[in-house]
Order: sequence, then structure tokens, then C-alpha cells
Amino acid sequence: MAAPKKSVAKESGQEKAGSPPEFTREQELKALRDMLLIRRFEEKAGQLYGMGAIGGFCHLYIGQEAVVVGMQMALKQGDEVITGYRDHGHMLACDMEARGVMAELTGRRGGYSRGKGGSMHMFSKEKHFYGGHGIVGAQVSLGTGLAFANRYRGNDNVSVTYFGDGAANQGQVYESFNMAELWKLPVIYVIENNRYAMGTAVSRASAQQDFSKRGVSFNIPGKQVDGMDVRAVKAAADEATAWCRGGNGPIILEMQTYRYRGHSMSDPAKYRTREEVEKVRHDQDPIEQVRNRLLASGVSEQDLKAIDAEVREIVNEAADFAQHDPEPDASELYTDIYR
Amino acid sequence: MPIQVLMPALSPTMEKGNLAKWLKKEGETIKSGDVIAEIETDKATMEVEATDEGTLGKILIPEGTADVAVNTPIATILADGESAADLAKVSAAPAPKAAEAPAAEAKGDAKAEAPQPAAKAPAAPVNEALPDPEIPAGTEMVTQTIREALRDAMAEEMRRDGDVFIMGEEVAEYQGAYKVTQGLLQEFGARRVIDTPITEHGFAGVGVGAAMAGLKPIVEFMTWNFAMQAIDQIINSAAKTLYMSGGQMGCSIVFRGPNGAAARVAAQHSQDYAAWYSQIPGLKVIAPYSAADYKGLLKAAIRDPNPVVFLENEMLYGHTGEVPKLPDFVVPIGKARIARAGKDVTIVSWAMGMSYALKAADELAKEGIEAEVIDLRTIRPMDTETVINSVKKTGRAVTVEEGWQQSGVGSEVAARIMEHAFDYLDAPVARVSGKDVPMPYAANLEKLALPSVAEVVAAAKAVSYR
Repeated sequence: MAAPKKSVAKESGQEKAGSPPEFTREQELKALRDMLLIRRFEEKAGQLYGMGAIGGFCHLYIGQEAVVVGMQMALKQGDEVITGYRDHGHMLACDMEARGVMAELTGRRGGYSRGKGGSMHMFSKEKHFYGGHGIVGAQVSLGTGLAFANRYRGNDNVSVTYFGDGAANQGQVYESFNMAELWKLPVIYVIENNRYAMGTAVSRASAQQDFSKRGVSFNIPGKQVDGMDVRAVKAAADEATAWCRGGNGPIILEMQTYRYRGHSMSDPAKYRTREEVEKVRHDQDPIEQVRNRLLASGVSEQDLKAIDAEVREIVNEAADFAQHDPEPDASELYTDIYR
Repeated sequence: MPIQVLMPALSPTMEKGNLAKWLKKEGETIKSGDVIAEIETDKATMEVEATDEGTLGKILIPEGTADVAVNTPIATILADGESAADLAKVSAAPAPKAAEAPAAEAKGDAKAEAPQPAAKAPAAPVNEALPDPEIPAGTEMVTQTIREALRDAMAEEMRRDGDVFIMGEEVAEYQGAYKVTQGLLQEFGARRVIDTPITEHGFAGVGVGAAMAGLKPIVEFMTWNFAMQAIDQIINSAAKTLYMSGGQMGCSIVFRGPNGAAARVAAQHSQDYAAWYSQIPGLKVIAPYSAADYKGLLKAAIRDPNPVVFLENEMLYGHTGEVPKLPDFVVPIGKARIARAGKDVTIVSWAMGMSYALKAADELAKEGIEAEVIDLRTIRPMDTETVINSVKKTGRAVTVEEGWQQSGVGSEVAARIMEHAFDYLDAPVARVSGKDVPMPYAANLEKLALPSVAEVVAAAKAVSYR
């Protein structure tokens, strides 16, 4: 078993766990399959973007898959998920259909927003996915509002509110932290620290680089988590959901992760070296970690290939659908403005 | 010489108050800082502290007197060595020193709102010019302040629907910065009447998030000026999500609070946002004038499944009007009201602008010009049809607003008239508006910056070639 050789997490973490609890084989297989689906989907999206089938902004999640998959494994039916613009992975993890997401990327009528939202603006009430928001940090207040609604209704749902290391510097994040703790709202703030806010390294933008401490002045507990290890993410998510469901208010999880691709498709990524990216890929890839553990535990290469094939088929079917589905009818221009 | 104690102005918009109680008796010694009386306004009870030392010489306004105008002498204080005999000097003395009540003095001068006979005040909202088609004939009417009408609208909707709640700064325990939410905490409790920190951006976003989850928040901004901190959530999150989600995820939410110029609060606190929000597809924008419309339209806004920007006016909160006594009085969004019928010129206005428009119509009538005054009530969606039908009849139009002219709502009205009734126009549409300056503080400049009845009269005559 090839455990991560060096954690992305620095040693400064507030609570540095040792080795996370092992997954069952079933859990490992599910994590592998869900992460693979995101990766293959994103690779295909990148390809379609290059072909001109996808326009505008397209932010890929490759490298960060363990975060959303590990979090989702700890959630129950009814928990809400909301995130920023790097959202394809979150939607797939929420069990939204790949074809609907891909068709939205290509701006077709079969897309989740009927082609009117695009990469950054997709939603599914059915799957409790609340977007998909293009304004950096805006989803943090909105996610806090989802938690407010849970509290108002007295249910035990938790709002999982994702944002990045860049958004973590926005003012409304702290306004939201204050209200969340003041009112003991059930919200998990998942800070996906992928080390770069677009082209700006965390060290160049953040006075406090330990994001788990960002809630300290509001008495919100926080934890740094190895976001490249899906087991560590799941374990942290289990604790966090229990904390929130126990009526203790919000909690912050800093997920230390890494994005392999540029900020968006148009980002040449000159702000970091190729070696840096290669090293993370080689040493810490979240999918390879699971794959290696499964192989070490006796699962056959053949079985893993079958998973890969199943995922590729879903993605290919989605891509095919997304390229052949018609564009929205012109009459759609004037629908969905009011209800 | 004895010192006069004047009825103080306790807020920028206070015009009068009740002298509830004297806490000192005639002949008692008074030190600076002593509380000498209690005054009630429609918002609150406030204590009056002495600023001078001496003996309370004579109480001029007995306790229990209602509606004492700001600046009225209420008592005299005798300085050391003075006696009751000196009181006579006071009655012969000229008007009170302006310096003792600057706010009140400024008010009568600047805002044309004070009820003193000298002030050129637009009267309280006038509903009786034309019956409102929304109100069945013979309906019993009750007189209430606009503040009360708003409160009743919210209370009725909160009783009707458990998903409706209100959040904002000072809405609960303080009973509302402008007392619009008075009593709501007592009736509905802290779960549904929620004081927020002073963080407009954050709590607007929390409100929108709660609305996305299916609740129906009323988000009160202490004034719309502060909502500029939150405008991203109002526009990018609330207004656009339904469209961006292909109709899946809407947002039933009301953003409300006082908009536009209050009195003497200068540039950062005196801005009209009607034009700003009216540009946004996905938002509805309401700016009522009459008490009945305040109530009926707020109820409609709360029920509306879309995000609604509800623009109130602090100057009107204390004004009274007739509100129909109906169990469920709802005014439809998007319908203008002909507030006064006329055949010679159409005056289109809304919100505070109506006070100038109606007053101007009275003036014009004296000169034989019958103005038809249209209260838009809703800025978006705009009831173009009512405006066009009127202009087809009169052939002339004037718009009146307190906001700025460039890209203003009046400009939009003028453009629609040009597009739909060009051939009926006998003159170019005239726009009366706030001047193209930040709102000044000085009383005389503030008055100049706002529109006036005289400007409306002049514009109506100009388009009538009179």
C-alpha cells in the first residue's frame, strides 16, 4: 500500500491527525468510482472546451476530487451543498447526472439550467445542490442562509458550504461566520485550499494562512484536513456533521488540496512550475492513493479497469448527448425571469 | 432674562409630538442634565433634558397636550435672581432662538414637509381624488399612519404563512429603527423577528439563501443607502438565480426599508434607488405613496414568488391616510393608479414625488389646467398602458421624481411615451427631478436640490404652452 509520501498539509495544523481510519473495501470502491467519474468528466470537459463546444469560463476540479467525494460520503439525504464556480465535481458527487451537467456546459436545452446558466450556474433542488455561484464568496452567505432555514424549520439537515482560499478573504465570509456562530447555524464551511486564488499563491494574499483558524475570533472551531486523502476527508466530515447536528453551530474544515489544471481553461499557469504540479500528482494523487490501496488489498487490476470503463462510458455518453442535444429554443430567452 | 424651553425635534423628520409628562414642577430647581419632561412621538417616548440651570418658572404647555409643534415654547426657566415677574418679558420676546432647535428650524425651512402654515408642505397622501378600483365601494376605511400600515401588512402575512419572517438591524428588541416593526417581536417571537448584526452584505445573503431553501424572508434595510453593501446579493443572487437555474430555483424575498431623501442627512443618506433596481430583470420594484398602497402592496410583495425591492419613504412614515378595513387587502403589483383625473396634462409620479405632483395639480387647477396625476406605484413591471392611455387623452406629460434625472425612472417613462404615443404628443415630455448633485446638508441647498411644487407647475405649464 502506497500511502501518501508527503502530505500537502503543513505541520501547523490545529489538530493533526495521524493515519485516518481505514475504509471498507466497499467504501474504497465507491470513492474510487466517484472520484474517477469527476476526473474523467473534467478531462472530457477540457477536451470539449478545446474543440470550442464549451464556451466562456470553465473551471476544472481535477486534483481536488477527494474533497467533495469524501464530504459527500458523510452526508445524509436532505443536507444541502453549495459552492462557487468550480462546481462540476460537486454536482457529480451530489449524484446529478453527468449528461445534464455536460449539456449545460455546451449550452444545450438538456442542461440542468436549460442552457441558460453554463458552467458556473447549475442547481438541482431534487439533489439539494444549491449552485454553482459565480461571484467569489457570495455562496458563503447563501450557504449560511440554507443553514438558517434548517434551523428555522427545526430539521437536522446540515448546509455544506464550499469556498476556496481566495474567497476566504472576502468580507461577507466573516459577516456570515459571525451570524452562523451567533445563531448556532448548522453549517460546515469547507475551505478548499488549493494553494492558488487564480494566479495568486496563498502566501501572497493571506495574512493568516492557516484557514482552520479563520473562525477563531468567532469561536468557530476549525480543522486542517489532508484533502488529498479521501479517508481523512470522510473522517473530518463525520466529525463535522455530528458537531452541526448536535446543535453546536458552525465548523470550519480547511481542505488542503491542489488543482492540477489552470484556474480556468484560459489560464497558462505561469505562477507555478511544472515540477510543482508533477510532484503533487506523483506523490499525492487522491485517485492513485485509493487505487494503490485497493490493489494492495487484493483487488484485481481487472476489477479496477471495469470501474474505469463504466465511468468512461458515462462520460462519453454525456459528451455525446451534450454535443447533439439542440440548443434552447429561442423562446427560452424570455422564460424563467419571473415565476 | 428667563430662558424659553422649546419643544425639541427628536429626529430629523419629527414635526410634532405629545407632551406626555412633566417631571419637574413650577418653582423646582433645575440643573443642567435634569430630565424635565417626557415627550411622545409616533416612534418613541423620549426624555427632555434641561440644558440650562435655574428654576422652572412657568409650564406653558400642560402635560397631556397632543401634537405640540416642534419649536413651540413649552416652559420657561428663571435664572438666578429672576422671579416670576420676569416672565412677562418672555411673552414680549421675539421668536425662539433658532439655535436651540436646529433640526426643527431646518425642517420648516428646507423640507417643505412641516405642518406649520408657513411651510410649503405637500399634504398627507391624498386618496380621495379618485376611488381606488382595488377597494370595493362602501368599504369602511380606517385612518392610520403609513408606519402602522406597513406593520399591519407584515403582521397579517406572518399570521397567514409560517414561512414568512423578518430580519434586519434593530427590527426586534428595538422595535425597528423607524418603529415600522413595532410589536412584531411580541407577537411572533425571536424565531421569526430577528435582529441582525450591522452586516448588510452578509445578512442579505443569508436571507437569499433562506429564500432559496423555500422560506419567505422580509429583509429590512435600515435605509436603502446601506443596501449598497448588499447589492451584489440582491442582483446577482436574488434576481438572477431563477433564470440561471432554468426555472428550478427561485427566491421569494422582500427587501424593504426607507429610500430617498429624509431630511438634513446629506449625500450618503439621501439617495433614491428606484432607477437602480428598476433596471434589473428578475426584480420587482415597488415605490408606493398612499397608506392603502403601502399596506396592500407590501402584502402582495410578501406573497410574490419573486424577489421584490420595496422602497419606502421615511418622510411618509408618520403621515396618515385611509386604509380599507378589509380582512385581506392586497393591491396587485404592476398597476398604476390614476390619483386625480384631468384632461389637460398628465403628471406621472410615484412615492414621494406624488406629494409634489398632487400639490401642483391643485395649483394648476386654480389656473384652469386640469392635470391627470398618475401614481405608478410599481416601477417594475411598469404599467405603461395607464400612462399611454392618459397621454393619448391629454397630449402632454410631465414626470416627477426625487431621484436624479440621468437614466432616471422619469427618463424611462418619457421614452415609453415617445415610443407608444409620439403622435399624440403636443409637446416634448418634461422631467422634474432631483438636481444632478449629491444631496447637500445645508438647509437652503437641500431645498434647491429636491424638486419643488413650483417646478412641477412650471413644467406642466411649459408643456401646455401656457
